[in-house]
Amino acid sequence: MLTETVNERETTAKETFQRHFLPSTTGKMAWILGSVLFACIVFSACTGALSISVRELWEIIAFKLGWIPETHVEEQKSIVFWIIRLPRVCLAVLIGAALGIAGASLQGLFRNPIADATLIGVTSGASLFAVFVIMLNVKYFGMLSELAGTYGISFVAFLGAACTTFLVYQLSKVTGEGGIATLLLCGIAINAFVGAMTGLMTYLADDAQLRNITFWNLGSLGGANWTSVMAVGPFVAISILFMPYLSKALNLLVLGESQAASLGVNMKSLKRKVIILATMGVGASVAVAGTIGFVGLVVPHMVRTLFGPNHRTLIIGSALSGAIVLTLADTLSRTIVAPSELPIGILTAMLGTPFFIYILWEQKRKRL
Amino acid sequence: MIEVRNAGFEIRGRKLVDNVSFSVHPGEFWAIIGANGAGKSTLIKLLSAEQALTSGSVHFHGRDLRKYKLKELAKKRAVLSQQNNITLSFTSQEIVLMGRYPFYESDPTQRDLAIVDLCLKKVGIGHLKSRLYPTLSGGEQQRVQLARALAQAWEIENGLLLLDEPTTGMDLLHQYETFRLAKELSRKNFAVIAVIHDLNQALQYADHVLMLKSGRTHAIGTPENVLTEQSIHEAFGLPVQIIQHDLTPYPVIVPHVAPSFNIP
Repeated sequence: MLTETVNERETTAKETFQRHFLPSTTGKMAWILGSVLFACIVFSACTGALSISVRELWEIIAFKLGWIPETHVEEQKSIVFWIIRLPRVCLAVLIGAALGIAGASLQGLFRNPIADATLIGVTSGASLFAVFVIMLNVKYFGMLSELAGTYGISFVAFLGAACTTFLVYQLSKVTGEGGIATLLLCGIAINAFVGAMTGLMTYLADDAQLRNITFWNLGSLGGANWTSVMAVGPFVAISILFMPYLSKALNLLVLGESQAASLGVNMKSLKRKVIILATMGVGASVAVAGTIGFVGLVVPHMVRTLFGPNHRTLIIGSALSGAIVLTLADTLSRTIVAPSELPIGILTAMLGTPFFIYILWEQKRKRL
Repeated sequence: MIEVRNAGFEIRGRKLVDNVSFSVHPGEFWAIIGANGAGKSTLIKLLSAEQALTSGSVHFHGRDLRKYKLKELAKKRAVLSQQNNITLSFTSQEIVLMGRYPFYESDPTQRDLAIVDLCLKKVGIGHLKSRLYPTLSGGEQQRVQLARALAQAWEIENGLLLLDEPTTGMDLLHQYETFRLAKELSRKNFAVIAVIHDLNQALQYADHVLMLKSGRTHAIGTPENVLTEQSIHEAFGLPVQIIQHDLTPYPVIVPHVAPSFNIP
């Protein structure tokens, strides 16, 4: 340092001519993941019980948009694409993005690499309420459908997610000074309780209900149609639009809560914003597709390993990668045991676990 | 610039800071000294508005500290606290750039990046710019944190720098360089308040010393008046001798321990 101070005049003179740059991977990441996602969407749209070639796919879309006057593709394929395939792919993209972005931001907020939406009660709250509905559905079906129509379960699940998260948040404020560790512990406690309640419901359920509950707990995109896409879309869009604005604050949080505060981060409002945005995305997703585990946990780690820990890159990257992962997983889930369907939650966990362990091992090795 | 009047902080009936008053002007370097648990870090937290006072008041630039928003404060003072654990693999440059976050919206300007470079060089780790923070040694990490605080304070006029044991883990050269840097900043009309453990460094660099003993002001004033054999013995419980060597410009504080001294 002494020598550097001596040369200071010289170096500052040189600095003025030198352009400073911050090695950033955001642009590169957006390009790579964006094109991968596009490829996955095309692949997923083409694959299925009725396979559509890329050329046919192009003709179907171009014809619909009026770019070409006529098409030789059979009417049936066009209908399958517009009514069944496309909404399902859209739903996978939306839900994947919501899970990824929620995982990334919650891991940042809790400064804990194992955090995800499951931990603060979003998922378990949603399942508890959904299971409730499935149980009551048989007895009071008429009443419920009067209230919320066919989307009864979805609506109630979203409500459950919001309630549980709110409860966890309030509880953490009462029991501690609202520190992040307290919030996390409250989440775990509430999770255990909600888990027990769900277990009790499962125990009391009859065979038909049991099958319904199981499917719901393992997640499936089978119910996708344009209405469900429209139902999830706005929530996920808000989450994706606003979360990146929090990336600077989340970066500062890496320095610790007190240092972040000294750099102007209002912890209370940051906490509230992140939790609300994450719950919105995940709650809406769980509501239409059930609980899909592991995506929110693994995807941010994947992006961090590839493109660094800066939240600006991480949040967008996790949204894109989450969409990629879920699109692929869904394609697999509906083709692997066709004509039947494997619940997607089973796939994400089964493929996610070994991959996750590999990432952890890689990270350890890199650091040494 | 910062005026502390009868500041007190109490938690569950324990008074961590009690009736402390002093005022710091631009261009002054204050050292806060005291034994472990004397309330030094708590006082820094009160001054940085991380903790709210339970009695008394702190005025910063003539305004009550409680009336400031965190964002405003971030543009007026920098804080370096004691614990700095980072496990995510950010580069040193990214960490130091965080000190500039309060000053730009979405993208750093060339000026911000130039300041980051300069601050890294100032603390002697220009060559570690693109190294990952978790792979650095403890002393190097502390220097990155110092650079971050420096980057935050760089362009502030009459800024305030709060340092809580800034030299933890640094080697001898960099400890002295850190204090030299703080001194240099105070010459540029900064006010620097630092918690210092090494009494010799406090004696050598500080303009004013605040000596705390169990939360109360034990002595306050110029280093020569505060750091006396008697007051150090009272505050730290260790008998010392202050020696003025012919070849050193400053007196030296050494523990006055007889060869037969036994640790009880």
